[in-house]
Amino acid sequence: MTTAPDHPDRFKGYRGDGRAALERFGTGVWDVVDVESSHGRFHGLILPRSETADEHHLVLKLDTGYNVGVAARSVTAVEVVGRREAHYKIPEKEFPSDAGKPNVKLFGTGGTIASRLDYRTGAVIPAFSPGELYGSVPELADICNLKTEKLYAVFSENMGPEQYIGVAGAVAREIENGVDGIVIGHGTDTMHHTAGILSFMIQDPPVPIVMVGSQRSSDRPSSDAALNLIHATKTAGHSDIAEVMVCMFGPTSDEYGLLHRGTRVRKMHSSYRSTFRTISDIPVALVSKDEIRPLRQDYRRRRTDRKVKLDAVYDDRVTILYYYPGMKPPLVDSLVENGYKGIVIAGTGLGHVNKPLYPAFKRAIAAGVHVFMTVQTLWGYTQMYVYDTGRDLMELGIVPAGNMLPEVALMKLGWTLAHTTDREEVKRLMLTSVAGEITEREPPDAYLVYQGGLPEIEAYVKKHRM
Amino acid sequence: MPEDDQQSSRGAAVPFADLEFYKSLGMKSGLEIHRQLDTERKLFCKCPAVRTYSDHFDAELLRHMRPTLSELGEYDPTALMEFKTKKEIIYRLARDTVCTYEMDDAPPFGLNRDALDRALVLGVMLNLSLVDELHIARKQYLDGSIPTGFQRTTIVGVDGFLMCRGRRIGVRQLGLEEDACREVSDKGHLRTYMTDRLSIPLIEVVTEADMRTPAEVAFVAGVIQRLCHLSGVVRTGLGKVRQDVNVSIAGGSRVEIKGVPRIRQIPALVHWEALRQRALLEVRDLCKARGLDAGAFAEDLDVTEHARRFSHPLFAGISRGGKAHAVVLRNAAGILAYPTGPRRTFGHEVSDRLRVVACVDRMPNLAHSDDPDCFGLSGLFEAVRRQTGATCGDAVVVTAGPGRDMPTAVGEIRLRLCEALSGVPRETRKALPGGATCFERLLPGPDRMYPDTDLPPIVLGQADFERARGRAPGALWDKEAGYAAAGLSVEQTERLMTTDRFRLFDAAAPRVRLRASVLAYLLLDWLTALSRAGIDTRPADADLLARLFGGEDAGTMRQRDAAAALSAALGHVPGWVGKAGGKGQAQGQGQAGTGSGTGAGARVTSGVDPVEVRT
Ligand SMILES: [Zn+2]
Repeated sequence: MTTAPDHPDRFKGYRGDGRAALERFGTGVWDVVDVESSHGRFHGLILPRSETADEHHLVLKLDTGYNVGVAARSVTAVEVVGRREAHYKIPEKEFPSDAGKPNVKLFGTGGTIASRLDYRTGAVIPAFSPGELYGSVPELADICNLKTEKLYAVFSENMGPEQYIGVAGAVAREIENGVDGIVIGHGTDTMHHTAGILSFMIQDPPVPIVMVGSQRSSDRPSSDAALNLIHATKTAGHSDIAEVMVCMFGPTSDEYGLLHRGTRVRKMHSSYRSTFRTISDIPVALVSKDEIRPLRQDYRRRRTDRKVKLDAVYDDRVTILYYYPGMKPPLVDSLVENGYKGIVIAGTGLGHVNKPLYPAFKRAIAAGVHVFMTVQTLWGYTQMYVYDTGRDLMELGIVPAGNMLPEVALMKLGWTLAHTTDREEVKRLMLTSVAGEITEREPPDAYLVYQGGLPEIEAYVKKHRM
Repeated sequence: MPEDDQQSSRGAAVPFADLEFYKSLGMKSGLEIHRQLDTERKLFCKCPAVRTYSDHFDAELLRHMRPTLSELGEYDPTALMEFKTKKEIIYRLARDTVCTYEMDDAPPFGLNRDALDRALVLGVMLNLSLVDELHIARKQYLDGSIPTGFQRTTIVGVDGFLMCRGRRIGVRQLGLEEDACREVSDKGHLRTYMTDRLSIPLIEVVTEADMRTPAEVAFVAGVIQRLCHLSGVVRTGLGKVRQDVNVSIAGGSRVEIKGVPRIRQIPALVHWEALRQRALLEVRDLCKARGLDAGAFAEDLDVTEHARRFSHPLFAGISRGGKAHAVVLRNAAGILAYPTGPRRTFGHEVSDRLRVVACVDRMPNLAHSDDPDCFGLSGLFEAVRRQTGATCGDAVVVTAGPGRDMPTAVGEIRLRLCEALSGVPRETRKALPGGATCFERLLPGPDRMYPDTDLPPIVLGQADFERARGRAPGALWDKEAGYAAAGLSVEQTERLMTTDRFRLFDAAAPRVRLRASVLAYLLLDWLTALSRAGIDTRPADADLLARLFGGEDAGTMRQRDAAAALSAALGHVPGWVGKAGGKGQAQGQGQAGTGSGTGAGARVTSGVDPVEVRT
């Protein structure tokens, strides 16, 4: 980027008062200036203004590296004493190739596994090419030969059916081309939605498909990004687990990652590193710099064939209804009126909603809407025989979905309705487990959310760390 | 090369205020003073800003730090150095003092407005240009002292000044930032921190390098300390203040001595740092004269097998699988023995790097052929010389430690010698007893600063500035000049301002007829002595003083009579103090302030009532 004095980038990000001040005093971004204001003097480099910041201040970078904002209207004089343009570049080195190492393909969708900072907007820009990744996480070269492809550049909340289908297709193509493992970089917020749908769209893959992201972006020294990426590439290149998995921190300490089955994983904390948990089951494996240690044996094994069943379809006329006491029937009616074809209820306890809603669900089902019940407790199964309420609901045609997680049930219902709308067939597909989304049994130690504050837990986290 | 004793005597006995001597070195020095603000809560979360620390913890956490690029696209040299050390960092967390924010598992909450208001008061008192829009920055610290790997910090004002004995000392900036962890231990590749102090609001006052003598640096530190007390917005007491002193001489570099806890340690540290830089410049000239370049330090060899034959403590780890390596320094004999400070030689500079960067921290971590104490190893040095064809004009350095640390160790030996070719490396150093310092890390530059994307800028308005101006007391130097005009000695003025006693003085002075110096004596010396002797002096408030000394006759009252009257009013019966004020009583009484070194007790014994008060 060049910003000659008459270049528009000279006022990058400045509007209103700020821009007027720059114009009036004949200066612009990257000028080193002495600014006189009505209440002081400031010396620094004029930085571009973030587009989300107000229009009343000029931002200066002081020689000490700090930024300060000076009120544009208080400026009485500006003397330009120099010019210094920033060149921001992640050191890019060619990713080494080694015939003895597995070939791993990394797809990007827009998460910040590796990134740099955009000083104009303050936003984080992903660093992504193999060279950039090698520049910031050189350990990757000890693990695999890496190729990358940027599929999307969206925040994870903007991922949707179009992207799911695109990612599934790209993964299948790459598998057919002979890659040894797939890594998908993804924002963490909806990673469990994508992991769920990819588990249905790409069935019985011959190689590991590992989703990874970071809870602390890689522009910070304490980021979990590098270690997550190391764990994910190691899993993709070296593990014999040929499933769709999420690979993220096990504990919040920089110790090891966990491999969660794509249909059983959920983000459980808005900011913790160890936010992902396997729900109603135990994780598939533990991965560290030194080893991949399976925690169970019932996983699909890596194969040498290149067969993959791609089934990338989706009907997005589906929703989750998060039940709360006092919910009113028109809420359900409006979904039907607006053309929704599938509703996943996140019900209370074993799978309940209140009685006033019954007629509304009856109307919905009569209108051809498919309604499934999951539990908002997340852990555990629906069981709708125990109480009358449940039996009444099933009589209405609401189908209990076992221990399928609400988001996974939503993904699966969208995928199912793209195949059929026949009531029995929809029910059969939904309740036939494709990739562990419904399990037959919950191990006794699957539900362990340790309660902080207890002396024995304190003893544990002192010894084994958090 | 000068003789040892000649070298160490040169400048050693110079008075710390000798302007001509330090001018001849081209010495300049500045200060960065950190003080905790007296807020209830921390800077970016709602955790309590505790006043006393505890080593109790409920859980541990492990992290590593990786360097990242700065906003301008550079790696910071300190960051890369810390990365080389590959430390495992353990944080100890107590439920009552930290939340998910401090452990970097939650983004920051809003900036503590009380802390900001307090910082603005200091901004006014330091005559700063206050900033209209605060930008929170991240300042990288890869030593692990902050779990995020950076400190959230912001500039409140720039370009101010202090008046010190009629000289204007520039204040570059005032920062508001979060405090770091307390280090518990640092051994090998494992460093442990306690987190209770983490994120307590701190201010950082940065002066320009305007000080010209070591004495002046200490004086300015005192002025800032008193100004902070006067402000009423900071915490007082030991451990609540930490000062960094930066020093450079002509041809040298800016070196920062970190975390000096007491002002009286400052002059010797500044002095010896100036002399250390002069010595390093002499080493540079010596190397130049001998035509040394990086190639002179290129040879190294594994001497583990040779080392086995020597029972030197350096090789204690070899029997447990450790390694020993030698580096040959061609044509460099004598350089490692070059004196750089009190009982310190250039060899210590190299040893420091091995300890800090290569984590070879079992001492001794190095032996060299210039060191007479290594006489017992001359056989080893000879073996190395034979093997490499080196002569007695070449020096040999040997280090030993875990095998995995040896490549970094050998690299650091070379690196430090290469740095010697260009003079004084920019470093931060740690104070040692006796005025010497040791290497802590390379001095970070502006490249470690980048904007915090988690928090938006904070716009300040006239109302904020007016509130701060309204809350700020007048200038310290005006106030101190007022005390002087009222008849207080310089010492009394400084002691008043170094403790909170000035508040009682100001409250009482308009209501008593005593001479100001007598009132100051009562508050500074007599109350302290009574308190040490076990008397409860809390009733001695402005009301009591006004009742005792508000009358006409107080104007001519002598010091001893005023003291006796105050004692009596506090219920003290002569003869009783002596018994009550035994050893046990004298201890445990919090000593107010860090004032005069002569001690109030000494004054009392020689003054009014020598029989009563034994200390
Ligand atoms: Zn907190």
